[in-house]
Amino acid sequence: MKTIAATRNFWLLVAVGGLVTAVGLGAAHQMELHGHVITGMDNSIVWGLPHVFAIFMIVAASGVLNVASIGSVFGQPAYKPRAPLSGLLCLALLAGGLMVLMLDLGRPERVIVAATHYNLKSVFAWNVLLYSGMAAVVVVYLWTMFERRYKAWSRPAGMAVLLWRFVLTTGTGLIFGFLVARQAYQSALLAPLFIVMSFAWGLAVFLVVQAAMYRWNDRRLPPELQHRLARLLGIFIAASLYLVAVYHLTNLYFERQAGFEAFILRDGGVFPLLFWGGYVLLGSVLPMALLLHPRPPGEAAVLAAALLVVAGAFAWLFVFIVGGQAYPLDIFPGHVASSAFGDGQVATYRPTAPEWLLGLGGLGAAFLLTTIGVRVLDFMPQDDLPTARP
Amino acid sequence: MSDSPKRADGGRRAWLGAAAAGVAGVVLAPGVRLIEVARAAPAKTAGADPAVRWGLLIDTTKCAPGCEDCVRACHAENGLAPPTRPTDARWMRKVEIKEMKTGRQASVPVMCQHCAEPPCVDVCPTGASFKRADGIVLVDRHRCIGCRYCMMACPYKARSFVHEPLAGQKPEVPRGKGCVEGCTLCVHRLDRGQALTACAEACTRAGHGAILFGDLNDPASEIARRVRELQSTQLRADLKLDPGVRYHGI
Repeated sequence: MKTIAATRNFWLLVAVGGLVTAVGLGAAHQMELHGHVITGMDNSIVWGLPHVFAIFMIVAASGVLNVASIGSVFGQPAYKPRAPLSGLLCLALLAGGLMVLMLDLGRPERVIVAATHYNLKSVFAWNVLLYSGMAAVVVVYLWTMFERRYKAWSRPAGMAVLLWRFVLTTGTGLIFGFLVARQAYQSALLAPLFIVMSFAWGLAVFLVVQAAMYRWNDRRLPPELQHRLARLLGIFIAASLYLVAVYHLTNLYFERQAGFEAFILRDGGVFPLLFWGGYVLLGSVLPMALLLHPRPPGEAAVLAAALLVVAGAFAWLFVFIVGGQAYPLDIFPGHVASSAFGDGQVATYRPTAPEWLLGLGGLGAAFLLTTIGVRVLDFMPQDDLPTARP
Repeated sequence: MSDSPKRADGGRRAWLGAAAAGVAGVVLAPGVRLIEVARAAPAKTAGADPAVRWGLLIDTTKCAPGCEDCVRACHAENGLAPPTRPTDARWMRKVEIKEMKTGRQASVPVMCQHCAEPPCVDVCPTGASFKRADGIVLVDRHRCIGCRYCMMACPYKARSFVHEPLAGQKPEVPRGKGCVEGCTLCVHRLDRGQALTACAEACTRAGHGAILFGDLNDPASEIARRVRELQSTQLRADLKLDPGVRYHGI
């Protein structure tokens, strides 16, 4: 029932989400007015914090559909009631991520050019099509779930969504995988790595949102289901960690990559700190310990683990995107290089307030869309099992 | 939070209908107008000769460490303020290198290498990065959306992003805040019929003779003859991008 308290809470959440989004839009406006000179980015670090936020949201948007896929495609009854929420979160995160990506462009007002001129050799251009296509297939999928007449189409639509998101995350990984210039990238491993990371990040976001919704509605997730979701997240984290390890081990095996790996894993200051402390310890080992513990984790432990996974994702993306650019290009192998343009030197990057605010604005937009969607379209998972709090 | 399924379904339909109409109106109306604007953008430069491959031969044995005559000439020619900060545009720079094994040193001017297989052109989502028929790699300032993917893809750090509003632009070298740019091989000079880039001219005028510009495809040209006779290398030759800029002495 939409009680007065629920309605008041709804408008409060809308106001908070709207405010954060508006501040983000204001920051983007400042960036457009003054140029990127007011950010921490320069000609060495060309992609900064906005890309960290945007890529997190886009990758998580694909992964959050896990829950729907497990329900619709693999026929797991406990996941089916969660499929609509998973679809809605996908659309919301995709919108938030794209908002940040578009507003970080040097010429955001020319976004129409990106929609009317395609260089089909560009992975970016593929991604423009993949993102809009993703939104379209998810809308169709949601439709089949809500419209009783089209229920029979729900499974094929779910299958289409599943396939599309594999391609989408492959595309996101290949944005970096096809960059031959920089030592951090140019690896085919990045496509599967992004897919597996999307599983973990998406499920973590789903669990956070679900926990909040259940708490506000004073309901409780069936313990058995909670346990299953927790174990699934634990397995996804382990799989991500494995692929990250393989990525670094292959690099360490190639002598020409030794300098870069030493920089990221040991000598690079903030980057090794974020990698080991942020991604490995807080974002992977600790949540795995919480989730895969022989004694089933409680609500608080699952929520903490999911939040840690999200924090670890940001740490990893920062190391991957900014650290990958901070390490100097090897234009003259076997030589020490120096110039007034930072050749041979590690580039420094300090994100400024507009970048933080734009990134948070994207999260705010995703939050706002989720809040409105959940309220208006009634996405609360309806389990047949008793769920009221004792 | 939920009402009866029937009422919820009806509410959803009405809401979805209204939302869809709103979104369609907001998206389509300006879009129709913007497509017209986008299509009205000027056509690409025509007239480049596909038989020509413009290029540079840089003789580092004649290039003195610390000499920046070419860099200054480039930036003056193209209306760039002398760069001092990491956000300032640099179309050309001097890189001082020292071989780790032997200690051998060289001073190397680096700019866009005008690759035959340019990664910046491959990755550009809108086709703003393009290669002319005569091998010059350029950015169409009307089509660049400022995504900076080309800067991620360039192995030579040859491109700059315009980080702030510009003043005092040269009419023959249009630039724009929020766009990416780099060495054009002084395409405005070539298209006017001049024979030299600003960097090559300055280097020659100062008596160094370290930068030679010309048509690599013309066997009779000075540059083609020197490339035939002298040992020269391409930067990051392992990437097989076939740059139009060659270096002697490194």
